[in-house]
Amino acid sequence: MTATHALQALLEASQSVTEHRPWPRVIVTPETWNTLLEGLASGAWTLLGLWGEPVMVHLAVREAASGTLAIASLPCPTGQFPSVGRCHPPAQRLERTLVDLTGLRPMDAVDARPWLDHGRWPVRHPLGSATAPGESMPPYRFLPVEGESLHQIPVGPVHAGIIEPGHFRFTANGEAVVRLEERLGYVHKGIESLLNGADVGRAARLVGRVSGDSTVAYAWAFARAVEAATETEAPERAHWLRALMAELERLANHCGDFGAICNDAAFAMMLAYCAVLRERVLRASATCFGHRLMMDRIVPGGVAHDLSADGINALRALIAEFRHQFPALIELYDKTASLQNRTEHTGFVKPALIQQFGCGGYIGRAGGRAFDARRAIAYPPYDELLFDVPVLSESDVNARVWIRIREVEQSLRLIEQILEQLPVGPIGNALRRPGNAREGVAVVEGFRGDVLVWVRLTAAGAVERCHPRDPSWFQWPLLEAAIEDNIVADFPLCNKSFNCSYSGHDL
Amino acid sequence: MALMADYLVQGCQMALMLLLAPLLTGWIRWVKARLLRRRGPSILQPYRDLLKLLRKEVVLADSASWLFRVAPYLIFSALWVGASLVPTFASGLPFSWAADLIAIVALLGTARFFLALAGLDVGTSFGGIGSSREMMIASLAEPAMLMMVFTLSLLAGTTELSSVARFMSTADVGLRVSLALSLLALIMVAIAENARIPVDNPATHLELTMVHEAMVLEYSGRHLALIELSSSLKLLLYFSLIGCIFAPWGMATAGSTPGAYLYGTAIYMAKLALGGFLLALFETSIAKMRVFRVDEFLGAALMLGLLGALLLFVSRGL
Repeated sequence: MTATHALQALLEASQSVTEHRPWPRVIVTPETWNTLLEGLASGAWTLLGLWGEPVMVHLAVREAASGTLAIASLPCPTGQFPSVGRCHPPAQRLERTLVDLTGLRPMDAVDARPWLDHGRWPVRHPLGSATAPGESMPPYRFLPVEGESLHQIPVGPVHAGIIEPGHFRFTANGEAVVRLEERLGYVHKGIESLLNGADVGRAARLVGRVSGDSTVAYAWAFARAVEAATETEAPERAHWLRALMAELERLANHCGDFGAICNDAAFAMMLAYCAVLRERVLRASATCFGHRLMMDRIVPGGVAHDLSADGINALRALIAEFRHQFPALIELYDKTASLQNRTEHTGFVKPALIQQFGCGGYIGRAGGRAFDARRAIAYPPYDELLFDVPVLSESDVNARVWIRIREVEQSLRLIEQILEQLPVGPIGNALRRPGNAREGVAVVEGFRGDVLVWVRLTAAGAVERCHPRDPSWFQWPLLEAAIEDNIVADFPLCNKSFNCSYSGHDL
Repeated sequence: MALMADYLVQGCQMALMLLLAPLLTGWIRWVKARLLRRRGPSILQPYRDLLKLLRKEVVLADSASWLFRVAPYLIFSALWVGASLVPTFASGLPFSWAADLIAIVALLGTARFFLALAGLDVGTSFGGIGSSREMMIASLAEPAMLMMVFTLSLLAGTTELSSVARFMSTADVGLRVSLALSLLALIMVAIAENARIPVDNPATHLELTMVHEAMVLEYSGRHLALIELSSSLKLLLYFSLIGCIFAPWGMATAGSTPGAYLYGTAIYMAKLALGGFLLALFETSIAKMRVFRVDEFLGAALMLGLLGALLLFVSRGL
């Protein structure tokens, strides 16, 4: 048996869940579970997600060689399951979150500290027993650091700038960072609990608010998951309009990031110009779809807003402006030596770590991991569109900036193609009502990376359980690695080049 | 009577410094905003900010000692005196006989010393980072500044600023490489000392990259107002210094007519406006450097100052 078919063989040997689409979900035995963990640890498979239900844990994996994607579910009647984080570090935070939310216990876990639950929630294990919290939680223990002349710098959760809250604990030797430990969870909103029992319309709105800057990606992923579950096919035009929104979102965010990264090196001019361009994208989006961020414009079954002639004109004007202005900004970035001096070789992430964490988006592609869900999973309409997936190997801040620049160019190319080839027809179909419980999963490429949404619908068509997984789960830990051996003052630059989501991660 | 008039003019100079300092800051901010395609706040905004801060309550950390409370007053007085000693619109005022370049360097050093102590006093990590970075910058900026002072004093035969200014405005200075090198060194030191880009960013919100702002992070209310005013005064001091030494034109001398004083003031303001514009332009076109490259930057300033002094000896055939 070759490695290429290993995951397939494992799936065939296990009991498959019938109403799960489009990829299989199998109920596995503890032995198969352990085989899966070994495969993850050996790097044969990439971890896509790990989440729990009161008596079951789900593990989404993808085999890069064959493109096979599957979810393995392990029933835990005793409330225990073999720890994933023990053999595969990228799963550690997901596993700690799973424990916080469901109360299941991983066996031989390396890190027993809570993650999202800071002891301030009104309930403990909201997705499990949902009991009132008993005794107060012991203070959070940061990882110990020993050595001479080391000192700690606690930063956050409230920062001097207007950004989301997160705590960063630096251990530094003078200016050199020895270790960074993140503490997140300050923007936990209980989205998964809110999703339990919500009807599909409300759930789509909730998922669209997991992370505001990726609302299109989330809404699309949720819509695809629900459509897969109910075997509804969205009309052709809806696919294309969704891609248009996704590319506009990517354009706006990459443009904003480009300026913000330069601004963190005190080069405010780039921010000024990029902010104008980003604003143009948002206004064009508002003209096209009636909302600057295009929130709630993608709904299960199609899209909620059609593109009018005005919108097409606005987009053409937008592209013309980008084609005119963006090259000058690229040149400005490339020719400003003082800026290059800050971004080059700063915040290097080992490509091996990127592979191990299955880190997507610009961070992954700046470090040699070519995964892009638009290409690797090729959901419509990207299977019919021409675009390149830029990949670099330098894995520093500069490379992450360049990936964004190249992706802006690709997004412009995609928008042009969409405008030329946009099919005519209806923009939405009613969801089918199969009359039984169904499950669906979808992966969509947001601007940050691949967003995964898994959903289980009841026979009545409401959401029984839904899990949105942000790309930041596999990016935040790498930020800790990126800052090592850098100086404290370069952290904002590294952090901005990652631009991970707090909200999407904290759920 | 003449003495009284002289002291009156000196008093005017002191008041002028205090009044102009926020205006210069406001002007630079406004130019920067325009360069960044923003409308920008009014150039009077720093005055409003100072008034606002003066009216606000002071919040003191529990761990703050008397030093933390006293430091703003000490820093403010040192810088105000320093700024008032530099001839601006007129040379040869009463106080200028009493003080020279080295005294000004010493006043600046005193202010910095207390600011760094205040940064450490509360015991927060940011204050510590800021103070340690400030001292790293100062340990290189001060020698560079002194080198520049040596070059000037060798040329002019004095370290007393009014005489230097008078000497520099005469024809027998000529074109000297040493002076150009000194000017460059002084500008570099000024950029570093005033926490401007590329050494520090006065407008940053990123705690981890701050130098000056990190030290004053714990200050509030009237203390912060004094610190802010001191920073503006320091910037004005350096502008005046550069203007007085390297562009001493249009200055009135002591005992002139009120008209000459007014003319001198107008020229001085024009110099400030031009200097502020150039600073804003420079800051907009460059990114901040890595903290550990600041020593290279200031090392270059030190070398320039040294080179200026050496060239002077070589050209004199010593």
